[in-house]
Amino acid sequence: MPVQFKKFKWKEALSELAIPFLAIVIALILGAVIIEVCGLDAGLAYKALLKGSVMSKQAIGETIVKATPLIFTALAYALAKRCGMVNLGAEGQLYMGGLIGGLVALYVPMPSFLHIPACIIAGFIGGGLWGMLAAGLKIKFGASEMITTIMLNYVANNIVNYMVQSVILEPGGALPQTAKVWSTAMLPKIVQGTRINLGFVFAIIGIIFYYLFLWKTKPGYETRVVGLNAEAARYAGFNGNKRSLMAMFLAGGMAGVAGIVEIIGIQIRMYPNFSPGYGFDGIAAALLGKGTPIGLALGSFLFGVLRAGAHQMSISAKVPVAIIYIIQATVILFVIGSNYIDRIRKKMQIKRKAKEDN
Amino acid sequence: MGAIASFINTDIRMMMPILIAAMGLVYAERSGILNIGAEGIMLIGAFVGYVTAIKTGSVWIGLLAAMASGILAGVLFAFMTITLMADQTVVGAAYNILGLGLSTTLNRIAFGVNSTADKVNSIGKVHIPGLSDIPYIGEMFFNYNIMIYVIIALLFVSHYVMFHTKLGLKVRAVGENPRACDTLGINVYRVRYGAVLYSTMMCGLAGAYLSTINLSRFNEDMVVGRGFIALSAVVFGRYSPLGVLIASLVFGGGQALEAKFAALNTPIPDQLLQMLPYVLTILALVVSAGKSGSPAAETIPYEKN
Repeated sequence: MPVQFKKFKWKEALSELAIPFLAIVIALILGAVIIEVCGLDAGLAYKALLKGSVMSKQAIGETIVKATPLIFTALAYALAKRCGMVNLGAEGQLYMGGLIGGLVALYVPMPSFLHIPACIIAGFIGGGLWGMLAAGLKIKFGASEMITTIMLNYVANNIVNYMVQSVILEPGGALPQTAKVWSTAMLPKIVQGTRINLGFVFAIIGIIFYYLFLWKTKPGYETRVVGLNAEAARYAGFNGNKRSLMAMFLAGGMAGVAGIVEIIGIQIRMYPNFSPGYGFDGIAAALLGKGTPIGLALGSFLFGVLRAGAHQMSISAKVPVAIIYIIQATVILFVIGSNYIDRIRKKMQIKRKAKEDN
Repeated sequence: MGAIASFINTDIRMMMPILIAAMGLVYAERSGILNIGAEGIMLIGAFVGYVTAIKTGSVWIGLLAAMASGILAGVLFAFMTITLMADQTVVGAAYNILGLGLSTTLNRIAFGVNSTADKVNSIGKVHIPGLSDIPYIGEMFFNYNIMIYVIIALLFVSHYVMFHTKLGLKVRAVGENPRACDTLGINVYRVRYGAVLYSTMMCGLAGAYLSTINLSRFNEDMVVGRGFIALSAVVFGRYSPLGVLIASLVFGGGQALEAKFAALNTPIPDQLLQMLPYVLTILALVVSAGKSGSPAAETIPYEKN
């Protein structure tokens, strides 16, 4: 039985926060145990984590900067999932979006009010086509998108690394990276004293788009029906293949925007392996948020806190950044485990009641 | 001729991690469980195998420890997906994150970032008097370490078990129609638990084979997609162990080609060569996926009435 993303309701969303919250507490305790077992100081580590992520204006800024790409990649997973597809390819779509958008930012000079939208659109199309490729392979040949999206991640990463190190290498530069993008393409900072930029606003717009598209438009409605029951959708006369292609285009596009926003908002240039795994963090955020708009935003912020704080944690407490993956995985496993324990408990109650009635 | 013999030799050595994982995964998939967390479990196995081999000085103990770590990882996976009936792809995705996190964190803590980690004193090739000395043929078939012979033998056994024994019939039937099996008195849960634990044990072994035998060391995120390639080997191999062997030879061939080209110093850039195994995997899925006939109950949890 596939996990079904519930329809968005405020009250439900609040009551559903309890389990993820408990999951986070348990994951942090487990993380502390691992840190202590390895002979490091868990108290010091978590203090550093908070210091790097929430204890100052600049730290909160870093959390938002790290959450921004995660919101997009979480949307990339959630959008595809709503249409019944498992998109593990946000990482590759992010790279392709970054590359195509980056080309516009690097080589196509224009005034700022045009340049930024042009980069974003190019990034969206780059990521979107890469995502649609996996949907096409599934529809035409039956190739599982779970495997093809992962394979396409490696292909995209290598394409970007190749381009950055040869074709679009900075002329005369000593490092394997491109030149700086045109200043007209750079996203303006929106909060002084932090690195928060216009990209964060785009991310919020992305969430609003996700909500409006899926729940307020006809194609969005059809997408959800295809995701819930492809058979019924065909019966109702919806073109499932068209919806799948579209969903993967939009999903890939979202991840693509994550890539270009990271480049014109933060890094200002492209270099090899420029994503530290935002694509996979986004999957975790979407799973934790169960695909609701608010849920995936909260999930992205939580993992943004971990990403922002992890750096500080590795400097002051010597705890490797990779520990955040252990925390992420534990949170997901606990949340989905508790879902099903809940379901089984309810089922047993019904059974018991049925017996009493007899 | 010499080039072909050397290519096949490289192919067979390169395919082993994929083959070992896939020959376990084919059983899990036949029983109805898709484990996309194979990649993560291979990473755990790679690290556990490496550390144990370094600490004990024995690759064999390293391989055993990796198998144990695979079983341990499999217990939770099976509990989540079979008993709790959780979505297999979600649990699998979490496992990939977990495997990357555990192996990287422990590696950093144990060896630091820049340490020149010790190399494993790996197992050598077996020289078979007479056979290994035959020109070309010796290079192609009789110039390997003992594990390769063991695994290939095990592969034929597991093919026989799957298609010619009661146990294999049970595994296949449970993946096609669990309800009917239940009615006939077959314990669906037990068969699936067994198949999953066997598959994760093999994933652990596959990871350790990669770290201790193929590369003699551990690198962070060193599995780089082999877990997913193993999953597609199962599809490409049409859900049979012998088919998986052929699929692994093809995928190993992609890696061998990459290695051979890299060694030749051709003008083809490294990054493009590195894409080869992944593009090949996509192509293999494209030609095989539509007609391979996946088990009817795959990814569907079984719920007893």
